[in-house]
Amino acid sequence: MTEQTVDPFARAVAITGVGMITSLGRGVDANWRGLTAGASGIHWIERFSTDGLRTRIAGCVDFMSVDPITIPSLSYAMADAVIAEAMDGSGLGAECSIGGDLFLAAPPIEHDWVSRLRLLEAVDPGGEGPYARDVGESGTEKTRVWHSDFMNGTLADKLAQKYRCTGSPITLTTACASGASAIQLGVESIRRGERPTALCVGTDGSINSEALIRFALLSALSTRNDPPEEAAKPFSKNRDGFVMAEGAAALVLEDPLHARARGATVLGYIVGCGEAADTFHRTRSNPDGHAIIRSISSAIADAGLQPEDVGYINAHGTSTPENDKMEYLGIAEVFGDHTKRLAVSSNKSMIGHTLTAAGAVEAVATIKSVEEGVLPPTINYREPDPDIELDVVPNEARAQQVEFAVSNSFGFGGQNVSLVIGGM
Amino acid sequence: MIDRDVCVTGYGLLSPLGEQPDAWWAALKDREIWRSRVDKDRYAPFIIHTIPDYDLSSQIPRPGDQRAMGPMMQYGVYAAGLALEMAGLKGDAALLQQVHMIVASGGGERDVDLDRAIVEGVTGRNDQDKWITAQMADGLRPTLFLAQLPNLFAGNISIVHKVSGSSRTFMGEEAAGADALRIACRRLASGQGDIFLVGAAFAPERPELQISYNAGGYMLRDEFADLWSRPDAGMCFGGAGAFLVLESRESAATRRVPVRVVIRGIESDRTDRATGDVAATAQRQIEKLGIGEIDRDTIVLSSASGAGAATGATAAERAWLESVAANAPVRGMAQVLGHPVEAAILQNVILACACLERGEAFEPLCPDSVVEQNGAGSVNRALVTCWGHGKGEAVALLEKP
Repeated sequence: MTEQTVDPFARAVAITGVGMITSLGRGVDANWRGLTAGASGIHWIERFSTDGLRTRIAGCVDFMSVDPITIPSLSYAMADAVIAEAMDGSGLGAECSIGGDLFLAAPPIEHDWVSRLRLLEAVDPGGEGPYARDVGESGTEKTRVWHSDFMNGTLADKLAQKYRCTGSPITLTTACASGASAIQLGVESIRRGERPTALCVGTDGSINSEALIRFALLSALSTRNDPPEEAAKPFSKNRDGFVMAEGAAALVLEDPLHARARGATVLGYIVGCGEAADTFHRTRSNPDGHAIIRSISSAIADAGLQPEDVGYINAHGTSTPENDKMEYLGIAEVFGDHTKRLAVSSNKSMIGHTLTAAGAVEAVATIKSVEEGVLPPTINYREPDPDIELDVVPNEARAQQVEFAVSNSFGFGGQNVSLVIGGM
Repeated sequence: MIDRDVCVTGYGLLSPLGEQPDAWWAALKDREIWRSRVDKDRYAPFIIHTIPDYDLSSQIPRPGDQRAMGPMMQYGVYAAGLALEMAGLKGDAALLQQVHMIVASGGGERDVDLDRAIVEGVTGRNDQDKWITAQMADGLRPTLFLAQLPNLFAGNISIVHKVSGSSRTFMGEEAAGADALRIACRRLASGQGDIFLVGAAFAPERPELQISYNAGGYMLRDEFADLWSRPDAGMCFGGAGAFLVLESRESAATRRVPVRVVIRGIESDRTDRATGDVAATAQRQIEKLGIGEIDRDTIVLSSASGAGAATGATAAERAWLESVAANAPVRGMAQVLGHPVEAAILQNVILACACLERGEAFEPLCPDSVVEQNGAGSVNRALVTCWGHGKGEAVALLEKP
């Protein structure tokens, strides 16, 4: 194994506020109740017609007051709500003006067809060429919104304005590792001493027909539609793909000295971050699992720990045949004999795969797990995969204290991020 | 905080100026050359600056890899290869595992033909929702979906060039490029990594982006005009792939590669454009960078997009430059390169490197403008500004090593 880059300022960064939305509900408390009860948020898609599609279920967030539902409108509404919850909990009040950059993991934004058709209605039809009908009126109040709403930087710009974040807000994507990358960027910024706080957010409200079709084309989605709540079965022998889902989570990260000085309640710590890119394939990891291994082991090294110090892994655990096998392989390699003493569960069995938001959503669930001493289960675990010898906390939550937990996030394009989270 | 020098040891730029520094220089000097790459017909009424033919397979040899990307990713992966080559990193498997990558990307690339068929066929249907779903289910191809994921840009660099230390993708127009550079510089300066590959790309051949920017009132239409004298709808897209290898002095010395330029600092901020004072932000930034007098030995490369050239962002930047850099050679790069949005600042940082390596500025690109009144001469420093068309303000300071 090659030498890892270790952050020269490696040290724990405090978490002083969290917020969360998934298909299980709004707010950290509602989600924690659902996750520890083994509830599922997966249901039939009603937002658009799924006639003729092989996958007709998802973990849609249907309870936000957003109309029309577009990727930017829903992603913004959820981000706004989780930031408000996290800021409130942190005791910092409604804004970050004491000095906190915004790191926002957000889905790539394109004109979805709902918006595209509205744009067609809004502008003067006429002309030739692929999009020439759209080349009519421009620069008016009516048409400007079609520009700003579909710029990738607009969500972060609006949020940074509302919450008075300092500096230039960063919008990022590392596919399904994005939420964890946002946290890592915040940790690095605080460790460098640039700012006393950072607001790290993941949000994803991108379930529309095109997105569903695109993932289906990669054969990545479960097609066991009925009953919806049993489709996501990470680490089971009969797993057949992930379930698309929506959600958001926010974390207020803070320099521990700063948090202590202002008497803030510390919920837990990000004690280490690790990442590695895979050079093997666009959707599959290298069969030797080396990028996953590097990601987990460099996070543990960054935390100044040994693998034996870790008691629980909040797995990426997507429920695709490929991911769960590779993740097990990576875990077994890093933890060796300690693997059988590890608890490893997947929140995705209950909330589906919240994509861009997953790393942040699952980091918050991991913080709660460490804080409360309760490990959420992997539900739908009825046919264990004999090749995956893990204690997956099957079907029911378990009371178990852990000092340090790892949260894994792996994305298409070979992006792997692991966080080590510790308690008080 | 450790404060190490941020050294440029490699760069790669694919742009309307061509691919080799000598070609850039020739094209910057000769209006005929760069004007020949301005295309106002293909996407009329919009005007784009195109990249001249290049040999894709010299950096992306496998046809399968080439097919997995649209033009934007191809430009970028190609330029990343050039940068790694110049820095002597290409093919060094062990070192490439230590290289941290930060990429700025726009949205991924769409299947324009399928979109066209849907746009043309959808009118008058009362089952639009179902009909569009059926068209997409039949028409979308898996490989193209992967080209639609912005982070696959970085993913493709990892796959083609084997860069695997880490991989992060920033989005958000001009500011994404500036912040990619800023975060890479901060991490390198503080010791959170020794070698970084940072870059961006933009393809102007994107009708869906053209209509979106047009809806915002930003796109120049029908006739080319000099950058600083355009109307507010004054932006032409330009093609670019722009990558830098940044490295600590110790690392460069250990590897025995020359330090070409030092990035003294970079600042990026957001100003509320509705109520804020962008020039005040820029002023604070240059004070923070400790620039002092911006004199004739400092070339100023502006990334002004052309949008708001009459009363908006480009006009404000022009006025600011006329006041703070009245004696310096200022150049509005979008005149010859078009505006490559996410790649704008990186492209101009690379051109600034080329100027500093030669120790000279090039002649004004808009000779009739007041802001570019100062001619070519010898230069020791370069200032690269990047005020986004709608948001984000950044400035970088570069010096000879």
